[in-house]
Amino acid sequence: MKIQQLSLFAENKPGHILGPCRLLAREGIDLRALSLADTQRFGILRMIVSDSHKAKALLEAAGHVVKVTEVLAVEVPDRPGGLVGVLEAFEGTQINIEYMYAFPYRKGETAILIFRFDDPDAAIGRLRAAGIHVLESGEVYGR
Amino acid sequence: MKTATDSIPYQPASAPDYIPTEHLAALQLARLKATVARAWDRVVLFRNRMEERGLTPDCIRTLEDIARLPFTVKADLRDTYPFGMFASPMAEVVRLHASSGTTGKPIVVAYTKEDVDVWTSVMVRSFAACGVHRGDIIQNAYGYGLFTGGLGAHYGGEGLGATVIPISGGNTDRQIMVMKDFGVTVVCSTPSYFLHMIDRAAELGVDMRELPVRAGVFGAEPWTESMRRRIESLTGIKAFDIYGLSEIIGPGVGVECSRQQGLHLFEDHFYPEIIDPETGEVLPEGAEGELVLTTLSKEAMPMIRYRTRDITAFLPGRCPCGRSLRRIRRIGRRSDDMLIIRGVNVFPSQVEAALLEVEGTLPHYQIILTRQHGLDQMEVQVEVTPEVFSDKIGALEELNQKLVRALDHVLGIRAEVTLVEPQTIQRSEGKAKRVIDRRSQ
Repeated sequence: MKIQQLSLFAENKPGHILGPCRLLAREGIDLRALSLADTQRFGILRMIVSDSHKAKALLEAAGHVVKVTEVLAVEVPDRPGGLVGVLEAFEGTQINIEYMYAFPYRKGETAILIFRFDDPDAAIGRLRAAGIHVLESGEVYGR
Repeated sequence: MKTATDSIPYQPASAPDYIPTEHLAALQLARLKATVARAWDRVVLFRNRMEERGLTPDCIRTLEDIARLPFTVKADLRDTYPFGMFASPMAEVVRLHASSGTTGKPIVVAYTKEDVDVWTSVMVRSFAACGVHRGDIIQNAYGYGLFTGGLGAHYGGEGLGATVIPISGGNTDRQIMVMKDFGVTVVCSTPSYFLHMIDRAAELGVDMRELPVRAGVFGAEPWTESMRRRIESLTGIKAFDIYGLSEIIGPGVGVECSRQQGLHLFEDHFYPEIIDPETGEVLPEGAEGELVLTTLSKEAMPMIRYRTRDITAFLPGRCPCGRSLRRIRRIGRRSDDMLIIRGVNVFPSQVEAALLEVEGTLPHYQIILTRQHGLDQMEVQVEVTPEVFSDKIGALEELNQKLVRALDHVLGIRAEVTLVEPQTIQRSEGKAKRVIDRRSQ
């Protein structure tokens, strides 16, 4: 139900995410989804990968600071209002979205939304109650 | 099990600690005159410096006249390497020690038989001030060898009549086994090594609170009140600070007493002054400055107005323990570390304190000084650790802001904080290079 996301600290300078990405590529780790959050000085590379344990061990051994956090993945129809249907499930609740990112799926028929909630368990409850499909980890990693 | 420390037996060796102030001054003046005369007679460097100033040993008529004498600095000991500062022929020297200099040649220090006896006596008095007595079992984990810590504490412990285990430093598992199996009651080491021993004991399932060890005499490096609280709460022992330096004698220049409110200096053998490190002027009692020490009894290597580079201040009033010896505040920093940024004195140790306060443990950091439009800029680069890293931008920006505020609070000036990737700040095998000053570029 919850998906493991890797976050990596990177300084906001040319070439600083090449190293970790090259390392993962060499070890045959596939990036399923990724988002780069940035400030003027530093960035956080957030990734969902095919083998998060191996990726974390590899990145740490190479001296990177990596954190694993649990996020939720939701599949929605890729059409106007697809996201709104999900957001409405939280209308009137205190559940906060820390951040989110999205990518198209099934050749544009659907989209996958990745959410970082402050309270993922409460969020799962709301999504289920609203009849929204929360993806299992196998559905995301193994697609 | 801990035993009560209240009933400390009478220690005759501590008698000089209670010398009436006027007697102390008379003793100091007589010893100062003898020391200056000896150095004048036998140490070329000292005699030349006196003559440059038109001074002779007769110029010392009162204790205040000491301020007319030239300073001695560490470089003088290096320049005269190995034996140029000796005032005794080698036939009278019974011991040599040397400091491991971080750059170039070490400095060599010498002791006559009488010097070793004086050293032993101040170490006996140091242990006694910490409540150590005959019957105690002292685990001496200071390094034995050219470093003065090991043998200094060893002679002091034996002189006191305690049992000394000369285990020296290192081999932590064996340290813990000995502490446990031999019923050790007192440990001597550097505070950082003892913290390491505490961690290792916990890993081995040994709880020091359950052992008879009840006191630690820690020195040879600056440490803080928060380290003391941590040591005491984790082990149930009393942690005492001892001060000394090889150039003067080794450990035993000053020590805390049961009150743990500053370090008493053994003023009958070492004459202390506090000076302004910039101007060299003697500061009024109570002002913070650099500690300058003159040996009053040393034969083999008298030191006249030796600049310790340690920053401290005399504490006011008489210690509630009853000793008449003056106290200095615990030494937290050294003047040769001092930076002047926009006219404000800044010590790397203050930066460390701020980082430690925010992060809980000290991250790798570096201070970078630049000058922009004629104004000093201070940047502190801090490596991100797994403990503080977050996947949320807001949390990292908040960490950054907290660091800026903590630095502002401690230093009184605004520093820019840059979070950097791990392993980007260069590591050093010896002393860490904490400061990069690009202001003159």
